[in-house]
Amino acid sequence: MKKKLFALAMVACLAVGCLAGCGSKTEDEVAGTVSTDGSTSMEKVIGSLGEAFQAENESIDFTYNPTGSGSGISAIEKGTCDIGLSSRSLKDEEKEQGLEETVLAYDGIAVIVNADNKVEDLTIDQIADIYTGKIKNWKEVGGVDAEIVVIGREAGSGTRDGFESITGTEETCKLRQELTSTGDVIATVKSNENAIGYASLASVDDTVKALTVGGVAPSADTVLDGTYKIQRPFVLVTKEGTKLSDAAQAFYDYAMSDDAKSVIEKAGVVPASK
Amino acid sequence: MGPRGERWPKARPHLRNVFMYKVIDRIMQGVFLFCGLVTVACVLVITVYLVVSGLPAIGEIGIIKFLFGKVWASTASNPTYGILPFILTSIYGTFGAIILGVPIGFFTAVYLSKVAPLAVKKSVGFVVSLLASIPSVVYGLVGMLVLVPAIRKAFNLADGATLFAAIIVLAIMILPSIINVSMTSLDAVPRKYEEGSLALGATELETYLRVSVPAARSGIVASIVLGTGRAIGEAMAVMMVSGNVPNMPELFGSVRFLTTAVASEMSYSSGLQQQALFSIALVLFVFIMLINMLLRKVMSGGESK
Repeated sequence: MKKKLFALAMVACLAVGCLAGCGSKTEDEVAGTVSTDGSTSMEKVIGSLGEAFQAENESIDFTYNPTGSGSGISAIEKGTCDIGLSSRSLKDEEKEQGLEETVLAYDGIAVIVNADNKVEDLTIDQIADIYTGKIKNWKEVGGVDAEIVVIGREAGSGTRDGFESITGTEETCKLRQELTSTGDVIATVKSNENAIGYASLASVDDTVKALTVGGVAPSADTVLDGTYKIQRPFVLVTKEGTKLSDAAQAFYDYAMSDDAKSVIEKAGVVPASK
Repeated sequence: MGPRGERWPKARPHLRNVFMYKVIDRIMQGVFLFCGLVTVACVLVITVYLVVSGLPAIGEIGIIKFLFGKVWASTASNPTYGILPFILTSIYGTFGAIILGVPIGFFTAVYLSKVAPLAVKKSVGFVVSLLASIPSVVYGLVGMLVLVPAIRKAFNLADGATLFAAIIVLAIMILPSIINVSMTSLDAVPRKYEEGSLALGATELETYLRVSVPAARSGIVASIVLGTGRAIGEAMAVMMVSGNVPNMPELFGSVRFLTTAVASEMSYSSGLQQQALFSIALVLFVFIMLINMLLRKVMSGGESK
């Protein structure tokens, strides 16, 4: 009998746990969920925006699913999320399918090497040659005598698309590893002294070294005035003709508003000027 | 009534409503039948769906070009869909994992079941079961953080994310399955076989390896089938340690398996690329069925001797 009572008590606890998601709705605020899906490079920006947004609108649930730009665009097209996130502009075929883009910010793509690597600067041509396999050894660009380990992203990545289109290496990159998120690239470069990779400037921290490209160091200022060449837009993708839910619309308006600009700047990217 | 029609006393003579009991019996039989049918239906639905989604792309690409093409470039402007690199990588990887994992697992099972003192058997057995329940992502993470740099330093390579790393991770993952099932079947060998052998003058080791193991053969082969199935179907752990570039397989090169090929591209694919991924899944499915049938044949071939 004791065992039965215990079992019943456990079931009751679990059942009550199901109610954990319920909350009370304040009358003036909009309630609901906003689901965003897509670019892993935008993690910091969207994370900060989401937090600031939720602080002001407590009854809205904000979620971010880091799956990659290509998959975010797929998701908004299929309708499985409210707002898609992409770290590249939409292609013509995508626009023809009824997707619309709104530029949120501009982000530089940092070319990163291990913190112990002696090389400080590379030109865009040298970077392109490294990635296509013409330059194979660090000593050819002023480093130690060691094979260059070329790290890149998966084919649907917005970061890869931006990097390849600016360096002119579409379809000719010879990668040693294809990783599926910005964080993975940074972790791999951190652990291998001879690795080179590319990642969103906003996500790069002190554990890896961001090279100067043609003498220009990547920073918010050089991205804004265009002297740092390897950059791409962060865009919010919506579907033409589909009205956003109240909660999603509230987030969209917040993200594009002037209040959000300081949040975006703190995350390390350059807000798009209106 | 009993199963041979003989008369048995009523099961619960104090219950008067025998009719109601029979009805409940029938209803429960129906429930069990339903559950069984649901399981069979799931397998059937998956099979049919895979075949239906996978065949169109094979038809459009051409089966020879698909299965034997050496270049996979699904997002290029002129896409080619040759999956030979994936097929060979999966075969080599599984084979490598079996070569490493089966001897270690088999001898561990023999040791734990026959030679080890009871305390060791219980504690090591517990640890092995724990290994079996570790999620594959954790294996992948440890592999990425510990194994990949270690391989890089030990073999003086530029990068440690290789087929070799994947083989080691797979071998460790299949160890618990092999050990557990082999141990159970070795434990089930009747003691009188072993006692008879010992009485005839064989040493203990001779007894275990020449009497107990052949007697437990079907269980041991079943454990190998289980291990193989897990190795060929693993996606997450190998994705983190093998480099993921669709090259033809080299032991110390960056490779992509059939499973990781599907996992890496599925989320953003569309059109022919997506159908090609379904075809890869179909090929994987066919592989698993072939391996299962082959191993079953070996198993039943041995028993009929």
